Amino acid sequence: MLSRVADSLFWLGRYTERAENYARFIDVNFNLSLDLPPGIREQWAPLLLATGDNDLFLKLYKTVNRENAIRFLAFDERNPNSILSSITKSRENARIVRENISKETWEVLNDLYHYLKELVKKRVWKKEDPHSYFNEIKQQIQLLNGIAYDTAPRTQGWYFTKLGQFMERADKTSRILDVKYHFLLPSVEEVGSPLDYLHWAALLKSVSAFNAYRRVYGKIAPTTIVEYLVLNKYFPRSILFCLMNVESCLLEISEFKGRGYSNNAEKAIGNLRADLEYADISEVFDFGLHEYLDQLQIRLNDISSAIYEQYFKIQPNFVADSQSQSQS
Amino acid sequence: MLTENYEYKEHYDEMLDENGNCRPHYKAFREALDTFSNRKLQQLQYSTDKAQVSMGMTFNVYHDNKGVEKILHLDLVPRIISGSEWDILNRGLQQRITALNMFIQDIYNERKILKDKIIPSELVLSSSDYLEPCIGLTPPRGTWCHITGSDIVRDKSGKFFVLEDNLRCPSGVSYMLENREIIKQAFPNLFASMGVQPVSDYCGNLLSMLQSLSNEMQPNVVVLTPGMYNSAYFEHSYIAQQMGVELVTGQDLIVKDDYVYMQTTKGLEKVDVIYRRIDDTFIDPLVFNPDSMLGVPGIFDAYKKGNVALANAPGTGVADDKAVYAYVPRIIKYYLDEDPIIENVPTYLCSEEKDLKYVLENIEKLVVKETNAAGGYGMMIGPKATKEEHEKFRKKVKASPRKYIAQPTLSLSTVPTLSSKGVAPRHVDLRPYILFGENIKVIPGALTRVALVKGSLVVNSSQGGGSKDTWVLFD
Repeated sequence: MLSRVADSLFWLGRYTERAENYARFIDVNFNLSLDLPPGIREQWAPLLLATGDNDLFLKLYKTVNRENAIRFLAFDERNPNSILSSITKSRENARIVRENISKETWEVLNDLYHYLKELVKKRVWKKEDPHSYFNEIKQQIQLLNGIAYDTAPRTQGWYFTKLGQFMERADKTSRILDVKYHFLLPSVEEVGSPLDYLHWAALLKSVSAFNAYRRVYGKIAPTTIVEYLVLNKYFPRSILFCLMNVESCLLEISEFKGRGYSNNAEKAIGNLRADLEYADISEVFDFGLHEYLDQLQIRLNDISSAIYEQYFKIQPNFVADSQSQSQS
Repeated sequence: MLTENYEYKEHYDEMLDENGNCRPHYKAFREALDTFSNRKLQQLQYSTDKAQVSMGMTFNVYHDNKGVEKILHLDLVPRIISGSEWDILNRGLQQRITALNMFIQDIYNERKILKDKIIPSELVLSSSDYLEPCIGLTPPRGTWCHITGSDIVRDKSGKFFVLEDNLRCPSGVSYMLENREIIKQAFPNLFASMGVQPVSDYCGNLLSMLQSLSNEMQPNVVVLTPGMYNSAYFEHSYIAQQMGVELVTGQDLIVKDDYVYMQTTKGLEKVDVIYRRIDDTFIDPLVFNPDSMLGVPGIFDAYKKGNVALANAPGTGVADDKAVYAYVPRIIKYYLDEDPIIENVPTYLCSEEKDLKYVLENIEKLVVKETNAAGGYGMMIGPKATKEEHEKFRKKVKASPRKYIAQPTLSLSTVPTLSSKGVAPRHVDLRPYILFGENIKVIPGALTRVALVKGSLVVNSSQGGGSKDTWVLFD
């Protein structure tokens, strides 16, 4: 597979996953605001902080409120990570590799792009209840994933797309966990209160884990929620699950069958996956959850760079040519 | 009845003859068309537009900001060509391509036609499309123009003329193929009952032709594109997808020891045949345009050594020069000793004194074209232009006569087209596609380009034209 094509497929996976996560986050935060007891104001700042784009937001908007936050996170093309920007880039990458993806996949993505453009035209962030739009966005992306699952041959291209998807998902789950760190409770006494409970439940819902979690642990409690979303081996949005998938995608791509690793990307992911696999939740809290997640995001970035070096980087043909001339 | 008030008189209309009678090959279609209401047709047209957006059949207009995408309007009403009319085109195009290919081979090698003074040497050698690095070259099988998309028009009498040969990188074939898919769905029963020759094996034929250019058992074929901001990018990726080959950009390729490789996730992989959709002079910055970022340094040497095949062969464009065009009937006579089956549009060469005088005196009646421009750019339609434009072009022509030719304004034929008020005649041209591999194959279909504005003669997509599906009937 062409390095450039692999690169595009990787980002196609990443951007689509990013868009879907944002749609869920916004939707859940919006729903949370409906549940709040009287007198408690809805909070959008934690979500903005968790995405890492808060500085940009403050440059572009005067006040943090629902309308501005939704516009910025979903429909603002000045925000490189908004749903609109992600789907635009996702579609651009799909256009670059169109001969590599099925017609149906392309058409759903293309339609989604035009749908988002429509929503921007309608300025839907001003609507009282934007819930249905985010639901539609989510469903279109799930449709996209579903079609790809049933139409894509399991060759390199598939694994590069999945690789991007799971890298992105690991990062997003770590960020949404961090939202709780930024959520402000009115006072220390509120820890364990119904409001606190609401926050934690919302967190689970934002990664579609509410029911799955309850089947395992029953009670809503911070330690077990974090354990579930970081260290669970079976839940498709837990960080460990994502890392295990990143690793197996990389091994499918290199077709390496031995023990250990065959390149730097595999080495880095193997290390990180093992750290989580053998970790104990108390270690996470001892280290500090926020700090732990920060570390994790840094290591994910390192893995991204290693993947780039291994598979996507191409030699400029101008330089290569002058070298071959000097050799002759 | 939908076609009751159809006005056909002034030009050659392909559905109705001069007495208003329906031509036989249009009868069944007209009857079917008359059963539709205008409303129904407008609805079908709406879903057609939708289908195009959904399929991403969009292009970026040159000079426009990137990101602005437009669809090439596809008119719902197909254009129909009878089997016997097609037969003339088929034979005429085979003849023309055969002769042009011999011409290109000759002028880069023995130059017999120049020595015999059939064409003035300086006219050929001064063409900016005559590429000196190609002198002495014979491409695989001696074929230069593998893929051609000739522009054909019909005059008042209904006779066919070749307007341009388009031997470089003719575009539009993806529209021929996708238009068929869309229109077939709009009129499923009608389509099935008419007996339309299929075009869907174009990409299969194209792949076989490209493979035949290499001696490898399993040649590695790729499509080379300038990238996704090129106006024809949709077509490049479409063709690559349909052939099941890689779509590459210049930066994916690298030349080592005179072989061409592409950079993959598993290292370098040799490339044997390149269907290149970038212009001749952008192919190799070491040989041609040194500023080209689209091409691949060293690729021309690899080509000269026979290590990679390029389609079309570099240098082919010289036969596309509008001044050389004027000589094509003589070229056919010279190499094949035959009269041209499809005629040329009469052409005045501004480089010849007598013609120049005529052009300057009659510029308001003529179409003036730059000899090496395409896509409707650099041209002036005398009867439609202002006095100032006439004067501007007089000056341009006087300043560099070699750069211009002139032709009488043609009255293009008309065919039924959907307008807001129902079906009305609009002017069209015809671009069939010809593949030259082990033999010459004219694909029985074409891109019909239509001027959507009433009375307009400009069909170029870059200037507001649309397209139609073209049904070539079995006879």
